[in-house]
Amino acid sequence: MNSTAALAWFARHEIRLAWREWLAMMTGSRGRRKRAIIALIVFAAVMHLPAYAVIGRFADLELPLGKPELIVITATIFLAWALMLSQAIESVTRVFYARADLDLIMSSPANLANVFSVRIVAIALSVTGMALLLSTPFVDVLVIGGGIRWLSAFGVVMAVGLTAAAVAIAITVLLFRLIGPSRTRLVAQILAAIIGAGFVIALQVAAILSYGTLSRFAVLTSDAAAVYAPALDSPLWWPARAAIGDGAVLSLLLAGGLVLLGAVMAIFSPRFAGTVVSVTATAPPARRAPGATAFRGGSRQQALRAKEFLLLRRDPWLISQSLMQLLYLVPPALMLWRSFSESSNAIVLITPVIVMAAGQLAGGLAWLTISGEDAADLVTTAPLPPSRVTRAKVEVVLIVIAAIFAPLIAALAFASVTQAAVTALGVVIATISAAAIQLWFRVQAKRSQFRRRQTSSRLATFAEAFCSIGWAATAALAVTIPVAAAISGAMTVMILAATWKISPRRD
Amino acid sequence: MQSAVSALEVRGLTKRFDRPAVDALDLTVRTGEFYALLGPNGAGKTTTLRMVAGLLRPDAGSVSILGVDALANPVAAKQIMAWVSDEPMIYDKLTPLEYLEFVAGLWGIDPAVSAPAAQALLASLGLEPHLHERCEGFSKGMRQKVALAGALVHDPRLIILDEPLTGLDALSARHVKGLLGERVRSGCTVIMTTHILEVAERMADRIGVIAAGRLVAEGTLTELRQQNGRNDTSLEDMFIALVDTEAAAA
Repeated sequence: MNSTAALAWFARHEIRLAWREWLAMMTGSRGRRKRAIIALIVFAAVMHLPAYAVIGRFADLELPLGKPELIVITATIFLAWALMLSQAIESVTRVFYARADLDLIMSSPANLANVFSVRIVAIALSVTGMALLLSTPFVDVLVIGGGIRWLSAFGVVMAVGLTAAAVAIAITVLLFRLIGPSRTRLVAQILAAIIGAGFVIALQVAAILSYGTLSRFAVLTSDAAAVYAPALDSPLWWPARAAIGDGAVLSLLLAGGLVLLGAVMAIFSPRFAGTVVSVTATAPPARRAPGATAFRGGSRQQALRAKEFLLLRRDPWLISQSLMQLLYLVPPALMLWRSFSESSNAIVLITPVIVMAAGQLAGGLAWLTISGEDAADLVTTAPLPPSRVTRAKVEVVLIVIAAIFAPLIAALAFASVTQAAVTALGVVIATISAAAIQLWFRVQAKRSQFRRRQTSSRLATFAEAFCSIGWAATAALAVTIPVAAAISGAMTVMILAATWKISPRRD
Repeated sequence: MQSAVSALEVRGLTKRFDRPAVDALDLTVRTGEFYALLGPNGAGKTTTLRMVAGLLRPDAGSVSILGVDALANPVAAKQIMAWVSDEPMIYDKLTPLEYLEFVAGLWGIDPAVSAPAAQALLASLGLEPHLHERCEGFSKGMRQKVALAGALVHDPRLIILDEPLTGLDALSARHVKGLLGERVRSGCTVIMTTHILEVAERMADRIGVIAAGRLVAEGTLTELRQQNGRNDTSLEDMFIALVDTEAAAA
């Protein structure tokens, strides 16, 4: 096999692996694949409705654009780029750490620079492919409303995907060199979380500080933004112009993306092998715990809770996820702080944000404590009834959620005791709902499978999300329109009841 | 050191997946003996032991552990036994000492007793230099030793081990065998599955051979030889002959 044929063969292998990994991630087991694909198609179709609500009003835009429109479109594209960068960093670290075929590849007589070039292209393709898929409802809405010139938005998504993959590879390899392989994984995960959420949060923080609103559009469409923005012929607006149908600029962007990716491949592919060797050859440093040798006393449940707290504290995934949840809480916290000095109705928005964040975090925590049990045999053979094990684990979830959200709710109480009480109740109910769903759909798994937790039950994932949204809406309505809150609450209870009815644990 | 009450008494134990995995099995293990359960892959050894340990619910039958009905009163049965699987299940983010502290806490052992016992156990298994290191960097053998120490730290009266020597080097295997031998001499009962027939031959007081979910032979090595009709044959030859006969009959 000559080198071109070998490259093509390896590219096919990579594409097949990426496709199967994606399919497994989206659909879980083979038996449910057909149903899951139908559900995905239905979901994509339904997504056109929120896409229309968010982006439909931009469909009539024509070139030349004014600064406010250019700023909004450019910021939206930058947000997509930040999210793709976050996804790409995660993909690159997975290639280094999680692929089981690295030993085989490294011990083969293949040209490693070529092999890793293909792998870099595969990362770029998978990131871009996912972005194309997610952007399709939005571009569809624009094409239907504004004509086929909007199809060029797909080209912008591709250019953005290529550059995001190139930058992600450069960042990750540089991290390896700066802080070493053992710390790179955690730092990359945290970086990915911050990059993904950071831009939106920064805009919200600016909006709160300047205009007292959570809407990021307040900053983007402000006069101040227009004054400080570069001139209309600046290359900064190229992505926006390309998206709206400027073919020449689109060609330049695509060419730029390809050149950047090619440069990254030329610079980093030959070093990729060395980096992989340093990851696989360097055993994780023996991390030592404090040298205490005395054991703590207490009940069996206390032993279980202590173990869960210790494992949660030492879980890098949870740290990055919690950090993201906490980042999302920064804008409402700022809003709260502002409301102490100025009377504002916008403070009501804090309640659904807190309840939603609590529900989502509780879902992850409940999975880690209830399903993600690495020593399942040990806990099952321990002399205590399963109900007590479950209770201890649910208590851990409640305690962690209370520790994170209590300070915020306490601060809220200074602004409005009633709203604080409603928020606290919403947090408790959302947490218990998330834990209950995890219990009903429990599938024993390793904690390291946390990233794929949603594949064990797509239904549980959707139920968890809908319940979080439902309780957040109910709490918000309870503060403003109590009658509507009763209806929203009843609907959420019905979702929960339907989830229980179809759950495998019902019997 | 044997008493009237059997360490394990299994009657009519049955478990069916897509085919019968354990088929109305009767098995008795006396108190204070080292019992080796042998059988080819898929014979039903692990399924049997998982049902005894309370990890799997049988379709039918009874399990009695030192006189305690394990199906009616699982908590009391679990208090006096320990289970070690062939795939060591421990927490990567805990140190061996933290793991043993957790196990001792689960079994409700007084920390004043369990802390020194844990250190002594880990030292006897050669893990003293790693007491405060997280298990995430441990080899499979080291992880297996941590799991074994966890099973012994609460001083169980019945220890059930599924292929405990898998992945251990010769020295570690000797440590483990020594530790199990000591426990048996102090009155504890050990039931172990193994594919290393030499271990069964050298350590077991009695050997049971299971095939297609049923016990096809049982006894001391001498009794098995007598049943097989050849006094000079090795356990390996007898095992292969028994399994072949069963396969032919099936």
